[in-house]
Amino acid sequence: MSTHHHHAKDFLFTYVFSQDHKMISKQFLITGFLMGFIGLIMSTLFRLQLGWPGESFEVIDMFMGSWAENGVMSPDRYLALVTMHGTIMVFFLLTAGLSGTFSNLLIPLQIGARDMASGFLNMLSYWFFLISSLIMLTSLFVEGGAASSGWTIYPPLSALPEAIPGSGTGMTLWLVSMTVFIASSLLGSLNYIVTIFNLRTKGMTMTRMPLTIWAFLLTAILGVLSFPVLLAACLLLVFDRSFGTSFYLSDIYIGGQVLDHTGGSPILFEHLFWFLGHPEVYIVLLPALGITSEIISTMSRKPIFGYRAMIGSMMAIAFLSFIVWGHHMFLTGMNPFLGSVFTFTTLLIAIPSAVKVFNYITTLWKGNIVFTPATLFSVGLVSTFISVV
Amino acid sequence: MSHTEELDNKELWGGGTSPFNAGYGKLMMWFFLMSDALSFTGFLAAYGFYRHNFSAIWPSAENVFTHFPFVHGHQPLIYVALMTFILIMSSVTMVLAVEAGQRMDKKKVILWMFWTIIGGLIFVGSQAWEWYHFIHGTDIGAFELGKGIYTLPDGTIEQTQGIIGRWKEGSNQTILELPWRSEVGNIASEYLTLSGQALTDAMANGQAIHGANLTHNEYGHPLFADFFFFITGFHGTHVFSGVVLNFIIFVNVIMGTYEKRGHYEMVEKVGLYWHFVDLVWVFVFTFFYLI
Repeated sequence: MSTHHHHAKDFLFTYVFSQDHKMISKQFLITGFLMGFIGLIMSTLFRLQLGWPGESFEVIDMFMGSWAENGVMSPDRYLALVTMHGTIMVFFLLTAGLSGTFSNLLIPLQIGARDMASGFLNMLSYWFFLISSLIMLTSLFVEGGAASSGWTIYPPLSALPEAIPGSGTGMTLWLVSMTVFIASSLLGSLNYIVTIFNLRTKGMTMTRMPLTIWAFLLTAILGVLSFPVLLAACLLLVFDRSFGTSFYLSDIYIGGQVLDHTGGSPILFEHLFWFLGHPEVYIVLLPALGITSEIISTMSRKPIFGYRAMIGSMMAIAFLSFIVWGHHMFLTGMNPFLGSVFTFTTLLIAIPSAVKVFNYITTLWKGNIVFTPATLFSVGLVSTFISVV
Repeated sequence: MSHTEELDNKELWGGGTSPFNAGYGKLMMWFFLMSDALSFTGFLAAYGFYRHNFSAIWPSAENVFTHFPFVHGHQPLIYVALMTFILIMSSVTMVLAVEAGQRMDKKKVILWMFWTIIGGLIFVGSQAWEWYHFIHGTDIGAFELGKGIYTLPDGTIEQTQGIIGRWKEGSNQTILELPWRSEVGNIASEYLTLSGQALTDAMANGQAIHGANLTHNEYGHPLFADFFFFITGFHGTHVFSGVVLNFIIFVNVIMGTYEKRGHYEMVEKVGLYWHFVDLVWVFVFTFFYLI
């Protein structure tokens, strides 16, 4: 690091407007962690309220001040905290924080590339992420509070600005923030995909790539294909909120006053939302499965068992994740036959999942296992995975 | 000191371009287009959902888009067919520009890019013209029944949700035709007409509608107008961005940027985007005007 008069400029381009994948990875890590920490505080506060309803807590008073008179959380603020906690944890920590950190750090290192395909877009991806984080946090402080209709923002609570206090400006900012977030996710994912395809080092064919990279590749593809549908859902919601359309709204009375909406259905939003929502589950899971594959292999002192089967099963999981979204919507009164189709496709996911677990166990089998914390966490992941699936 | 280099996509250093034989920029465009396609799929699927749900009272495009510039009379879908043709032709000129670029023929690239931009501009202008007529509506207009419960002339009691009735042609606004769902098959096989006292009662609650906007639509269900404005607007924004991108690349071609670079790959990339926008229009056209 040079210390002459270019120092300030060097600092700016090394740490702030960096196009270096390792620095961007650290930026994602720190921002994601901060968001995660904020989400953690929120969950602690609203669980205090949930556990001891209406009781006064000094810690609630300390964090929420005038939002919680005498340390007692108001119902509106409770809803806002639950919503923000869910949103921050699912999108900001587990999606951007996870992929942003590990994909940026590991992809160039593990495929032998000098950096990402486009350092500039990579930088933009982080900055969009930071901007969307800041907008989301700002929404806590606007009139009426943050969005309050749950992290799934189902209409009509989210579609009618006058429905509850959090449906006003807070909800608008939620939508703005998520739009910027989706742009960030798109730029990041495009970069990961083309870097993996085009910048692999000599000799590293697709089937010699580390499984971690395969997992990151499939995660990025899931993001590129599913987030635009959330964008579609959000844009339609913006029109319902601000321009009087009826995409999600049917005949609705508010305060005895009939609104001008007709014909729409909130179920449409649920379909669009869960078309993102289920792949999102695997956007969160696949990177962890990829990393685990390599940790288990390394710490068992054996190559991974069934390398190609691992790739195939991850591909199958990624594909199936697009045709199971209806299982989040069984209570919407959907046709029972359709429900059973979604149940069937959901059950199909158990097959590739079982293949993966089998391969993890057979990799450990007769291995010379080194019990580091990483090994234990990975084995724990496999154990949780099989008991949940 | 960390420092990154601009990676030239022509210099793929060793690893090659497997599995797709394309530079990273072009690959990025392909994946971006896939992503964008999913947004449009979301919108069109939503449209299909309501189109099916309200099939009995959904407006038919050939009764809505009947104007042609400088020509009087009923010209159903003629103008939209023309603008679709122009957009598809602009894709053809784009292909010719890309082909000329591969031969490093700067003059021809300029020529064909120029015609592509003109085609795009005509399309955006035509879209505005279609919007104008849709918003403006017909002279006679329509009548929207107020929300509420009505006893219809045949004795049935129906709850209407802003049903649009058209004035019977030549009736001088004394007979209102309602596209009522018949009991069998949910198809508006015949109009239910309101006149006399029934009409007076119905009119007490309703309002006259002229043209279409995001809450009312004289041609039928308001959701038709909502989706029309939203989807053609979203597509029109894409076309407009495409025209802007094409123009930027056009200027670069004239300045000789790509001649110096030794290849016209940027023309190919905006070409991909342009073809995509065309392809999406074919779907939008099919969904809105043909089905």
